Amino acid sequence: MPFFNPSEDPGPDFAALAKLQGLVPVAPSAAVDERLQITHATTVVAIRYADGVVMAGDRRATSGNIISHRAIEKVFPADRHSGVAIAGAAGPAMEMVKLFQLQLEHYEKVEGSQLSLEGKANQLGQMVRNNLPAAMQGLAVVPIFAGFDRRRSTGRLFQYDITGGRYEESNFATSGSGGSLAGSVVKMRFHEGLSRDETVDLAITALFEAADEDSATGGPDMVRGIYPVIATITAEGFQRVLDAEIAQRFVGLLDALSARDGGGRLSETSTETAGGAQ
Amino acid sequence: MSMPFYVAPEQVMKDRADYARKGIARGRSLVAVQYADGIAIVAENPSTTLRKVSEIYDRIAFAGVGKYNEFDQLRIAGVRAADLKGFSYSREDVDARSLGNQYAQILGQVFTHEIKPMEVEILVAEVGLTSSDDQFFHILYDGTVMDEDRFTVLGGDADAISNRLEEAWAPELDLRAVLAVAVAALAGPDRSLDASDLEVAVLDRGADRRAFRRIERTELPGFLPKG
Repeated sequence: MPFFNPSEDPGPDFAALAKLQGLVPVAPSAAVDERLQITHATTVVAIRYADGVVMAGDRRATSGNIISHRAIEKVFPADRHSGVAIAGAAGPAMEMVKLFQLQLEHYEKVEGSQLSLEGKANQLGQMVRNNLPAAMQGLAVVPIFAGFDRRRSTGRLFQYDITGGRYEESNFATSGSGGSLAGSVVKMRFHEGLSRDETVDLAITALFEAADEDSATGGPDMVRGIYPVIATITAEGFQRVLDAEIAQRFVGLLDALSARDGGGRLSETSTETAGGAQ
Repeated sequence: MSMPFYVAPEQVMKDRADYARKGIARGRSLVAVQYADGIAIVAENPSTTLRKVSEIYDRIAFAGVGKYNEFDQLRIAGVRAADLKGFSYSREDVDARSLGNQYAQILGQVFTHEIKPMEVEILVAEVGLTSSDDQFFHILYDGTVMDEDRFTVLGGDADAISNRLEEAWAPELDLRAVLAVAVAALAGPDRSLDASDLEVAVLDRGADRRAFRRIERTELPGFLPKG
């Protein structure tokens, strides 16, 4: 059982405690991705709406041009009222999420009160910053953090860069290889006071469009029944949207898109010459 | 050169034990009781900020009586040990028995080797999936561990409170009923305790993950018998 002198006591900081106990791996000294294929996770998005935040992530992980997992999850609860979504090297990213979740819970238990949302966002920033040596060797992790701020009664979003820079976004945040594609879709359709249903549909559309252009982002897999992970974070807490609802919304989206383009299918998919299809 | 006086080891141990017991008896007592949906822990504690009962892990709670700074130090060490174990192995591998044994080692070590023993009595309680899996590890100032069932009492007045609980406690009570029993046992025949004297927390058997929940002082009157 760990005891410390007051001068060395790590306080409520679990990461510091784990480090003192030798449980935190050291950054590799040479570029890892030159010799090995690293598994990468991609494309996550968070959107603020009337009651809080929607977070969503596709399910694909890739190693170079190989699909290494079809059903990886990239959106996690950080605690009851916040969530974290990851993009980048999958192994270190999962480890970071695990450490971050534990960091928040450990703080709450040791101190007897929760960190503020701002405090949580800063904690994650420090973790990304601490990962910089590993990022330089090819193990970059770039998360987004979102939560419901109970002191201000609103959803809040935070985006990071690889150096741990923390940027609060007012409307939406994205990360990963398909992030800018998804971000453009959200940017076009975002407006103040979106409803939950509109926002979930918007997240689905954004991920669909990103998957349409970016090979590292997975689209809906209707054959296997694999759909993006989507969660809402409101005053009631972090809640996963059920797969059945997401599946239904995807059908709705595809119907809308194919009706728009006519002929029961999306444009740009036809191999026939113009006028050939009758 | 002066020689220290010889003191018989029996006398040393007895003096230490008396010292610790006196320290513990100065504080107020605490009970943990099984009820239909989990374990309720009720402490006599007028403070709303300095807690005697707290969460260690998903299904494990900690409670201490005696000297606050000493049991709080033990509490934090327990949270650290549990979180580290869960981090390096798995959440399922964290259990009350192992924590109880570690506490016993520390208290035993301090009792025999340090200048003064810790003036504390602590409880590590784990709620199981069924009431027969519930565990109470009651650990004394000298490292003695007692594995108890149904209920356990910590503090100076433990025998009298235990006797009162023995008479009034029954299996499968609901939360209100068991709180009434626990509060009456703590108070005894000559006193009455209300919400402002109590700290209450439960380990909820049906919880998904974190089973520990405080019943805050503001909601507590709703659970206690009127008058």
